[in-house]
Formats: sequence, structure tokens, C-alpha cells
Amino acid sequence: MHPEKQKHAFEPKIIAFVCTWCTYAGADLAGTSRMQYPSNVRVLKFPCTGRIDPVFILKAFQQGADGVLVSGCHPGDCHYIAGNFHARRRFAAFRKLLEFVGVDLNRLQFSWVSAAEGGKWVEVVTDLTEKVRAMGLMTEFKELALEEQWSGTIDTPELKEAYDQI
Amino acid sequence: MSRIGVFICHCGENISRTVDVERVAREVGQLPGVAFSTDYKYMCSDPGQNLLKKAIQEQKLSHVVVAACSPRMHERTFRKAVEAAGLNPFLCEMANIREHCSWVHEDKEEATVKAVEIVGMMVERVKKNRVLPTITVPVTKRALVIGGGIAGIQAALDIADCGHEVILVEREPSIGGHMAQLSETFPTLDCSQCIMTPKMVDVANHPKIKLYTWSEIERVEGYIGNFQVTIKRKARSVDEDKCTGCGVCMEKCPVRKIPNKFDCNLGMRPAIYVPFPQAVPNTPVIDRENCIKFKTGKCGLCQKVCGPGAVDYEQEDILIVEAVGAIVVATGFDLYTIDEKPKGSLIKGYGEFGHGKIPDVVDGMTFERLASASGPTGGKILRPSDGKEPKQIVFIQCIGSRAREKGISYCSKVCCMYTAKHTMLYHHKVHDGQAYVFFMDARTPGKSYDEFWRRSIEEEEAVYIRGMVSRLYQKGDKIVVMGSDIAVGVQVEIEADMVVLATAIQPQKGADTLAQKLGISYDKYNFYSEAHAKLRPVECATAGIYLAGACQGPKDIPDTVSQASAAAAKVMTLFSKDKLEREPIVARVKEAGCVGCFYCKKVCPYGAVEEKEIRDRQGNLIKVVAYVNPGVCGGCGTCQATCPSKSVELDGYTDEQIVAMIESL
Ligand SMILES: Cc1cc2nc3c(=O)[nH]c(=O)nc-3n(C[C@H](O)[C@H](O)[C@H](O)COP(=O)(O)OP(=O)(O)OC[C@H]3O[C@@H](n4cnc5c(N)ncnc54)[C@H](O)[C@@H]3O)c2cc1C
Ligand code: SF4
Ligand code: SF4
Ligand code: FES
Repeated sequence: MHPEKQKHAFEPKIIAFVCTWCTYAGADLAGTSRMQYPSNVRVLKFPCTGRIDPVFILKAFQQGADGVLVSGCHPGDCHYIAGNFHARRRFAAFRKLLEFVGVDLNRLQFSWVSAAEGGKWVEVVTDLTEKVRAMGLMTEFKELALEEQWSGTIDTPELKEAYDQI
Repeated sequence: MSRIGVFICHCGENISRTVDVERVAREVGQLPGVAFSTDYKYMCSDPGQNLLKKAIQEQKLSHVVVAACSPRMHERTFRKAVEAAGLNPFLCEMANIREHCSWVHEDKEEATVKAVEIVGMMVERVKKNRVLPTITVPVTKRALVIGGGIAGIQAALDIADCGHEVILVEREPSIGGHMAQLSETFPTLDCSQCIMTPKMVDVANHPKIKLYTWSEIERVEGYIGNFQVTIKRKARSVDEDKCTGCGVCMEKCPVRKIPNKFDCNLGMRPAIYVPFPQAVPNTPVIDRENCIKFKTGKCGLCQKVCGPGAVDYEQEDILIVEAVGAIVVATGFDLYTIDEKPKGSLIKGYGEFGHGKIPDVVDGMTFERLASASGPTGGKILRPSDGKEPKQIVFIQCIGSRAREKGISYCSKVCCMYTAKHTMLYHHKVHDGQAYVFFMDARTPGKSYDEFWRRSIEEEEAVYIRGMVSRLYQKGDKIVVMGSDIAVGVQVEIEADMVVLATAIQPQKGADTLAQKLGISYDKYNFYSEAHAKLRPVECATAGIYLAGACQGPKDIPDTVSQASAAAAKVMTLFSKDKLEREPIVARVKEAGCVGCFYCKKVCPYGAVEEKEIRDRQGNLIKVVAYVNPGVCGGCGTCQATCPSKSVELDGYTDEQIVAMIESL
């Protein structure tokens, strides 16, 4: 019954940023329906795609991701009314920037997967994995990772001082 | 140093079949900060939860990760258990190794490696979790109902009967809505006015209901339990407290020929008027556009004749603010017109019907007014052009509705039934007349509905023709209706005296503007969206706002009343508590870093961001920063991803937590 599993020379690392309400639930549905897909993807849950800062995508690439997926509710279906519209606008600009710095945009995928679309989740994840597998290891950002040590905390002395003054 | 406890669930065999749970427990046990790790057959069972609680106490755990099913399934369960053991519930996270791992992979090695990584990721995350306090907000036990049709009336009465104050806002001079215009109602043919007016009077007399007619919502601020609503009371030019409703002013007003909207422009009214005799309140309003006094400064007759001195030309619009805890939106519908539509509009008119230019082609509501005993013709069916009784009448269903080419794909739900009703009313009033109905199919689900529809054919002799009308045109004093009978496969041509169009139910005009003020969502037609089509049909996704009646979708009276009572029940549930608890996943501004750009304010879908002034001890303004009202914040985090100075943070989803997760991979 199970098709013979193919061993690949290269297993890409895929990081997915998804919203709780639609895509995370869609991925849950793929599970409850026992659909099968490559195990390369690691899912990070956000309340909404509106919360996803493009910096996270850079961070993921720095951390060695070969492909990044961002997915949320279909336009108009966002649980928070309009978060995904803001996300869409933000990522449209961000893609241009990535392209400018020389990242192959095929490594970064945006999609809408609803809570009912378990099948679509499987498709999107499988396609991205196969596409990125064919592209090979992502190297562009490794150097950058060494230069910038970004963390989400306020840790510069100036900001600390400003904090104390209030 | 954190002392994290990790609990790996077998989920019977659901997880352990493809994931080597013991190996996962062993490997994550090595991670820095993990003090305890174990696996168990069913973590969610009572013994499983006890194991968790005991470990927290015995091992003095500071954080917990439960690796099991989806957090959408059991996050609540485990957070409760953790709380019972004395830890803050938000120091517990779930790692989804079932839906996202064991169920979607077959290779045990692969699945186990993935599970270790998923759990590791949550371990890194939970280290950065902070204690979050439960947020409680007070509840103002007063409700606002917007729209005084049957939906708004029913909701207001139900809430007020429960002892809570209700503010009912209606933008027309009287409450009543469309139901007040109807003649008789399906499926029982009882007179609409007779069942409606007592309810309207109940509203007027109810000690708990404050009625604002000729008023509109100007602004809505606040959040569930604590809304501040600014209401514009348009100048009525008549003092409601002084007016006794005697009506002398209306008799004396020299302006007589203003088409009355309530009568679908068939009847005429003066410049000072009540829309219909049973209006509630029975206080006239001056239509300033047509009043001689307002146009030329002369006249002033109504003021002279008004005994109690109620007429006041100086009155101005006023704004009042009311505090409420819940809002019921019941703004109802409008009817589609076949007129040419403005360029670029989603919805199109009917060029093939002359775009509404033939006077004896009317809509269903106009027919209701003609058939109504209190209508402009006293209940006689007379056509508008020459006042003759139509002997051949054609009804056409689905005008606009289910017509994708016209831009509307939905079914208006009530037209099949009211057209059947119209053929009956017509037959009762014009015994020698003949009614024809063009229809696509008859949709009559509902108690006693199909029987009612059949009666119109079997007893009231209406001729139903299955097919659509392709063209209409005026020929002498007749209207030629050309269509096809698809059941027989022939073309039909009827020379009618009058044509009645069952036009689509649309949301009322300005529905989108009101939705934007309320912060609720609506579909492409502007019908308001419920939070869940099946399981939360009367709630909006925006907490504290509820929907009733045709503003949410086409509906007949029984469905409207049911939904209104359901919305009232939801309001009463909310009002049964003095305080509300909500999840503390809200954004917070770090004022030191905030540069006051207010990009966050622009993107926040809930209007939760306010401006806050920071002053020094002498009271000098230092800067203006953003402040997130925790009661209003929906917790989407859009502000945080937008903030250029990283100064607003969503609790539970901080940059620190997310970066820690990415770095673990
Ligand atoms: C021709 C026709 C015949 C019908 N016959 C029947 C029948 O026989 N039996 C039956 O069961 N159903 C019938 N219906 C359906 C029935 O009319 C509706 O189910 C019912 O009127 C819906 O009530 P509502 O309160 O939701 O909306 P509405 O009656 O439209 O009331 C909405 C109210 O809100 C007010 N409003 C709108 N916007 C605002 C705002 N922004 N601020 C303040 N106030 C606002 C309006 O002025 C109005 O008073 C018929 C419908 C039509 C068109
Ligand atoms: S001022 Fe004259 S026209 Fe205007 S409402 Fe009064 S009586 Fe009518
Ligand atoms: S998290 Fe979302 S809802 Fe809350 S303040 Fe930020 S943008 Fe508004
Ligand atoms: S909640 Fe899914 S995109 Fe906003």
C-alpha cells in the first residue's frame, strides 16, 4: 500500500509561518485526514499573518532554512478582519527587497490555506519542498548571519537609559 | 535558570506508532533548561493530568511543554491543569506532534527526528514565556440596538423585559421598518399592522427602553462590555416632549404634494409629517428641504397652529454619548431597483426592462402598499399611471436574485413566498382578474410554506410559468411581457396591465459605513458576517456585537424574530456577569522606544491604539506615544510587525519567543 520511499541526497529545511485560524487549522485537518507529506517542514504558529515580521523570514534564512512558506487565511477571511491585507502589502514590498539583494524568490512562497483546505496544505508543502530540493542548498544568507546578531530584545544602552528615565 | 518539564504523549498508539516517544523524551531531556522529561500513554486523561501536576510540584518545574495533539485541541486542558498545580497557565505550551507529525508521516526515523525538533522548538519558546495575568473588564449592563424594524424591536423588548436598559436607535422618524409597510403576511395572511403596532407601542411605553428615532450612529468607541456610542439626533424641528401628536400642523401645512417614501411614493404627504398614522413616536418631523419656512423664511403656519408650542425651527442636530456593554445590529434591508447602476458598480440594472422607466412596472413593496387597507388606495389594487384596476397582472420572480450576470448570485429567500401571497391578495381583490407568475423554481421550505404556495395555484388560480422574461415594453396602455415557458418549450407573450417585480433583498444603503464604524466584517454584498456560519450565527467576530434580521442575509419574519431573540439571549448571557475575563494575548507599547509615528494605529483592525501624552513632573509635554487598550485589542499582532521602532509587543507572541523558536531549528 505504501509507495516505496525514495531517499534523496539533499533534504531541504523548510520553515512555515502560519496563522492559527486558517492555515494552522488546515494543517491540523491534513493530519486528522491522515494525508501524507514530506517531513521537511517546521511550522511556527502566529495569531495572524499580520503578526509576521519580514525580519522572521530573514532570520529563518540565516538560520539555514532553504525555503520559507508564509500562509494565512484567504483575503476577506482573516479572523482579525484585515490582518492578512496588511501582511499581503508588507510582503509585496518585502519580496522586491529580497529580489534586490539577490535571493531567488522561488525559495519564498506565500499562499492562502483555509481551515478547510487540508489537501491544499499538503499540496503547497509538497510542492515547495520539491521545488527547493531541486534548487539545492541556500547559501546567500549564511554570510549575513555572521554579520548581524539580531535579537528581539531592547538591549542597546541608549534604549535602556531612555527606559529608566520614564 | 528555568526548570522545564516535558511530557510526551503516546495518544494511545496515534503518536507512538510513528514516533519513538521514549527517544524523544530522552533527547529533549538533554536540552539545557529541561529538568524533567517523560512519556505517557494518554496525557489528557485524568491520570495523565495528575502526572503533570505532581511533576510540577515535586520537580519544582518553572515551565511546561506537553508534546501531544494540536493546541487547538487541548491547550486549554493542559493550561488549566498547570494552573491547578500553581503555575501561571501561560507558562505551558503544546508541541503538536500528532496532527503535524505522526499522522502525516510514515517513516519512523523521519517522524521521530521531526518530533524532537518540534518539541525542542517549543522548549526554547517556553523559556521566554512570561507570566500573563488574566485580564478582567467590567460590563456595562445596557444594550444598544441599531435599527427599529421587527428585528430591532424584538431584540430590544427581550433585553428590556429581562430588566436591562436598552437604547434603540432608528434613523427614520418612526420605528417599524419594512414590516410596518406590509399588507398581510405569509403564511397565515394575518394583517401585518395588527401584529406589528402593539409591539411598537410596547417599545414606546417600556420603562427600560430609551428610543431615539430620526437618529444615527456617529461613532463607536470601546470594546465588549464598555462601548461609548455617539449618536446624532437629527433636528426634528418638533419638540418630542411637548408634542401631543394631535396632527393639526400636518393638516394646516400648505405643502401637500411630497411623495411619501413609506407608501413607495404612491401617496403624498405635507412638509411636516409622520410617515404613517400608527407611527411610533407619533411626533411629526419637518422635512426641511421642502418646507417653505426653511426655503424662504415665510409661512411658519405649523408653529402658529401648534397648541403646545412644540414646533421649533431653531432646533439643531445634537450629539449624545451613551455607554453600553453590548450592541445588536438590526439594520435590515433595502430593495434592489432595476434602474441603471453607476459605472463600476458590482451590481447591474435591467436595460431589457427599460431600467425602471415604465410607471406600471412596480416592485413587491409597492404592491404591498397598494394591497394594504391603510395604504394610499385604501387597499384597492390600482395601477399608478392612471388609477385603473389591472385585469391582467404579471409577477416576475428572481429579479436581481440568483442572476449572476446582474452581479447578485444569492437567493433572496422571501420572494417566492410573497409572490404567492400577492397572487392571493390580488385574486381576493380583483375577482375577474388573472395573475401570471414567471418563476425559475419555487423555493418554499418552511412550516406550512409549500402548502401556502400550492394554494395560490390550486385555489387562487394563479398561472405559474416556468421561465424567465427576456424583455418588457410599453405598448399603448399595456405592457408587453415576452418570455419563455421552458416547461412546455414555447415563447409566451402577455399583454399586461401591470407588472410586479420580486426584486432582490439587499443590505440597506450605507451598511458598509456603519460596519466600519462598528469594526465588524461584511461580505461583498455588504451583508454583515456572523462569526461562524453554523455555530455562531448571531455573533460578530468582534466581541460584544450581535446581529439580527435581514442585515445579516435575506430572511422572513419568523427567522428574523428568532434571530433577534437569540441575539438578545447572547446579550443577556454577557450581562449575567459583572466582569468579563479575556485571554491576555494583547499588545503592549514599550513607551521608551515609541516614536509616536502611529503606524500601529493605522493598521490596527480594532481601533485599539490610542494616543497617550507623556509629561514630566512639571506637566510639560515630553512626547505623545501609542497606548493599546487591552479591552479592545483583538490580539492579531499586526501593530507589532508594522512598528518601525519595535516598540509594541504582543504578549504571548513576542519577537524574543519567535526568534528563539527559529534559532532552535
Ligand atoms: C415585498 C415584501 C413582502 C414581504 N412579505 C413578507 C411576509 O408576508 N411574511 C414574512 O415573514 N416576511 C415578509 N417579508 C420579509 C420581511 O419584510 C423581513 O423579514 C423583515 O422586514 C426583516 O426585518 P428587519 O428588522 O431585519 O429589517 P427592516 O424591516 O428592514 O428594518 C430595519 C430598520 O433599521 C433601520 N435602519 C437601517 N439602517 C439604519 C442605521 N444605519 N441606523 C439606524 N437605523 C437604521 C431602518 O430604517 C429600518 O427601520 C417581505 C419582504 C418584502 C420585500
Ligand atoms: S413651516 Fe410651513 S411648510 Fe414648513 S412645515 Fe410648517 S407649515 Fe409646513
Ligand atoms: S495586536 Fe492587533 S488588535 Fe491588538 S493593538 Fe495590535 S493591531 Fe490592534
Ligand atoms: S487570522 Fe489568518 S490571516 Fe489573519
